[in-house]
Order: sequence, then structure tokens, then C-alpha cells
Amino acid sequence: MTTVPAATLTRPELKPPTLIASSWIVVRRNLIHIKRMPELLLDVTIQPVMFVLLFAFVFGGSIAVAGSNYREFLVPGIMAQTMAFASFIVAIGLTNDLDKGIVDRLKSLPISRQSILVGRSVSSLIHSSIGITVMAVTGLAIGWRARNGVLETALGFGLLLLFGFAMIWLGIWVGSAMRSVESVNGVMFTTMFPITFVANTFAPTEHMPNWLALVAEWNPISSLVQALRDLWGNGVPAGADAAWPLQHPVLMTVVWSLFLTAVFAPMAVRSFQRRSRD
Amino acid sequence: MTTTPAVEAVDLVKRFDETTAVDGVSFVVPQGTVLGLLGPNGAGKTTTTRMLTTLSKPTSGTGRVAGHDIIAEPDAVRRSMGLVGQVATVDELLTARENLWLIGRLAGLPKSYIRPAGDDLLERFSLTDAADRVVKTYSGGMRRRLDLAVSLIAAPPVLFLDEPTTGLDPRSRNDLWDVLRGLVRDGTTLVLTTQYLEEADQLCDDIVVIDRGKVIAAGTPTQLKDQAGAASVVLTVTEAADLGRAEEVLRRCTPDVYVEPNARRLTAQADGLADMTRIGQAFADSGIPVDDLGLQRPSLDDVFLALTGHRAEEASPPDDEAPADQTDLEGALR
Repeated sequence: MTTVPAATLTRPELKPPTLIASSWIVVRRNLIHIKRMPELLLDVTIQPVMFVLLFAFVFGGSIAVAGSNYREFLVPGIMAQTMAFASFIVAIGLTNDLDKGIVDRLKSLPISRQSILVGRSVSSLIHSSIGITVMAVTGLAIGWRARNGVLETALGFGLLLLFGFAMIWLGIWVGSAMRSVESVNGVMFTTMFPITFVANTFAPTEHMPNWLALVAEWNPISSLVQALRDLWGNGVPAGADAAWPLQHPVLMTVVWSLFLTAVFAPMAVRSFQRRSRD
Repeated sequence: MTTTPAVEAVDLVKRFDETTAVDGVSFVVPQGTVLGLLGPNGAGKTTTTRMLTTLSKPTSGTGRVAGHDIIAEPDAVRRSMGLVGQVATVDELLTARENLWLIGRLAGLPKSYIRPAGDDLLERFSLTDAADRVVKTYSGGMRRRLDLAVSLIAAPPVLFLDEPTTGLDPRSRNDLWDVLRGLVRDGTTLVLTTQYLEEADQLCDDIVVIDRGKVIAAGTPTQLKDQAGAASVVLTVTEAADLGRAEEVLRRCTPDVYVEPNARRLTAQADGLADMTRIGQAFADSGIPVDDLGLQRPSLDDVFLALTGHRAEEASPPDDEAPADQTDLEGALR
């Protein structure tokens, strides 16, 4: 092992990459992960497609939806749920990297430390966007359409990404606070699943008990889902008796996304710094 | 002209809430030498390393790596050093080449350099055949080697290694030692932490012994062993029947003799080579057949016991046949 002479190459001057360059390198590394383990994508492909099919064909007949059919009503709901789970994806990836010492390794390099989080976030958004694309294709196959103009369609997808951005901070917070992938799974499963269900995601809120309907209608997920339905023409706008956020869903999705970012971003940054500083 | 030390620790202190992990550690590592931070688990070795490699901020004190202050110029420090962590921090889902690409690019190396330099390193660490395999399929020893290769891609003048051989089998450990010696020959400065006394003895020019966050001793391995007391002569006779006569001969040379009949072994206090030569001559004159005669100096384990009152590896069972640092007669006389 030592008989081979040392490298004869002369090392060129180190040119530490910019924040954007180093983030992009981290993104590429994370995308290689997806290429190596395509099953990492199951959470945004098979799982939501299964949800679409199960809900559409099992419950579809018994859930009446005003102004639309249930399948068309369902697709925006599941897209929003998929985007909410971006937090899950970030948290798992980050915990893994912290746990395996990859974060330490990256931090010992002359790069901006933010690139670790930026890279993780961007690749998670790409990850979720693959899911959204799969959902859109599945939706088209079962009769979902974006029925309004190009602008409204694009605005809908833009809102999904904006909401995903807020969810990423939640993910960074949970990912830095948890010690293992198993605990991330446990925490996220027991919180995010009910949160995405107590909403207008899968069924209209009007048939829920009053108190639950109120919670559901103020749930940020509901604003996003309602905004998508309004923008894409999948069902009628919320009735006059619905809570205020559902009357102004596009505005409220923006407000909620900014609000959640404002709440979670400082917690996330502090938690990540504390976790990785000592 | 004095050269800048490769690494300096200046009164480093790190407190976590209630506990003080590192309590005023200072040392200097000259360029091209190997420093061992020796101490039991929880002594503060890793925390000291993390501070010097800018992963952890000192509560007080500072340090310099290649002349750059760890607090004022962390980026310059990161450009001057490599770090091999306690567990192999290679990316399991990437191939060896991709790992080298990842760290090389982030370190600021051009692609055109990473490829040939990476191939050199893979060759050097016997990983060429596995270069395009996903690291998940690697053995523990291969991961360690790749970890080291990745740390060397930017050819850092200073390399920190945190317990580099923990968890390796003896063969892989010896291989790694050879690699580290090779790096030192090429001029790299090493700072390694270890709880293995043998490792520190084998590799290090200087040793800093840390216990409970404080430096309790520092010096060359030889100096530390001298601190632990006198040497002794160990002699094994060929025939058990000769033990009584051998003891008599030995007592004439030095009064303090200890006999282990089952091992046919006699141990006597000796001041050094002069005593040992005298004993060797006495046995040659007596005609008693002798299997082995050696000068035994205190091991670093003895040093640790003498310094701290407890063994370095508390967890391991007491070992009667502890591998002594035995210098053969020929070796000693050379």
C-alpha cells in the first residue's frame, strides 16, 4: 500500500465555490442518491397515486362534492398533501447526514455552511416536484383538468412551491432536533398525517362537526387546497358560511406560507446550529 | 528563522452547560511531526479536535492551524487541513470516485485535477478496483481508507484524525499505520487522537496525555516512559530445573528478583543497558541455557496508570500477559 509513490501532481490553487456553486454540488449529490435508490421516490409517487386511486374509487361514490366530481376534487388535495410532506423528506435527509457525520465533513470544508441547508432544501423541492408531476399525470388520466387559463394553472403550481418552501423550514427544524431517522419517521407520521387529513384535502369540511370544521378551515393546508381548486376550476368556491381563509384562499396561502416560514425558519436555524456546533 | 508551527492550541476551553469537556488545553505541533492526543473515552480529545478543526467554537482560548487563527480565520483553517472523523464519513450511496468528486469540488479544486489526483489516491489506498462501486458495499477497512483518501484530495498540509483505527482489525490497522507513516514522510503534519497506547507509541513523535479535559503530561513516548519509573530485565530460562540456580546468579547482579516458575521467567530491576550487559555476561559464564533476555521498559499503559491512577482502557479486562515493550538485547546494544 505504501510502495506506490505519492501523488506527483501539483495541487492547483483552491478556489472555494460560491454559495450557489456549493449548494448546487450538494443538490447533485442528493440527486445521485435518488438515482441510486429510486425507492426514495416512493413517498411522492406510488403512495400518493395509491391515495388517489383508493380515495377516488373506494370513497368517491359516497362523497358528494358540489360543482365537480370527486376525482377532480381530490387531485389538488393530494398534491397539497404531497407538498406538505416535503418537510418529511428534508427532515429524513438532514437527520441522516447529521447522524452519519456528513454534515461535519461538509462543515470542515471552506464553503458557506448555508449551502448544506440550501442544497438539502432545493433537492427536496425537486423531489416533491417529481411527485407533483406524477400526480398531475395521474390526475389527467382519471379526468382531472386545470380548467382555467395558463396563468391560473401556473399560479397554482407556484403556490404549491411556495408552501413547500415553508414546509422545508419545518423539516430542517425537526431534522436537526431529532437524533435518528426512526424518530423523525415517528414524529412526522403522527403529526403530518392528521394535519393533512383534518382539512378539506379529502372531503368537504361542511359535513364535519362544527368545531372540527373550524379547525379544518383554518388549517393552512385547506387554504392551499382551496386555492388550487379555485385556480384550476376543480369544484365551486367555498360557501358564504365557510371560514374567512377559505373565502380568500390564494391570499391566505401566501400569508400562511410566509407566517410558517417566519415561525419555523428561526427555530430551524437555531436548532441546526446548536446540533452541529458542539 | 523559526518556522510557524503546524498546529497550536492555546488554552482551549469548552464548556457544555454544566460540564467542562476541555479545561485549558495547550500544545504546539511542529511542521512535519505527529502529535498524539492520548486519553480515555470522554477525556476531551474529540472536543479538542473539533475546536481546532472549526467544527466547535471554544468557550475560551484559541488555536492556530498553519498559522491561521481558528476563530478569526476559520475559512483559511479549513483550506489548510483535512479531517478524518471518528466514524467514516463517506457517502454510502455514492461511489468512491463520486465521494472524491463531492469533497474535491467543495474544497475548490477543478474537475481536471480531481480525476487524476483521485485516481492516484485510490491506487495508493488499494481501492482502484472498487472505485466505481457504491460505498455501501465496502468493508469497514475499505471505508476507512476511502475516508482517508477523501480527506487527502485537497492535499492538506495538516491532517486531523480522530481515533483513526477504532474498530479496525489488526491487519487493517497496521496497513493504516503504514499509510500514515507515508504521509509524514511526504511532509504532512498529523494530529491524531487515540485511546490505544500502542498506537501513540508506534506513530507519534510527541504525546499529549489528556484526562478529564486537562493536559496531565506531555513529551516523547520515551520521556513519558522514563517518567513511569525504572526499567527491568526479563529473563526466561530453557529448563525449569535451572530456575533456582538462575535466581542465585541474578541476585548476585541485582538484589530485587521476582520469579514466575510456570513461565520459567525471572524479572529483576535494572538501571539500563549496563545492568543488562552485566547480567548477560553472568549468565554466559554460568552456562545456564537461556531462551530470552530482554530489557523491559514501562509501557504507556504503566505511564497512564502512574499519571492518573486508573488505566487508559477501563473497560478492558486486566491483562496479565500485557504485551511489554520489550527491547531485545541485540536491538538494545545496536
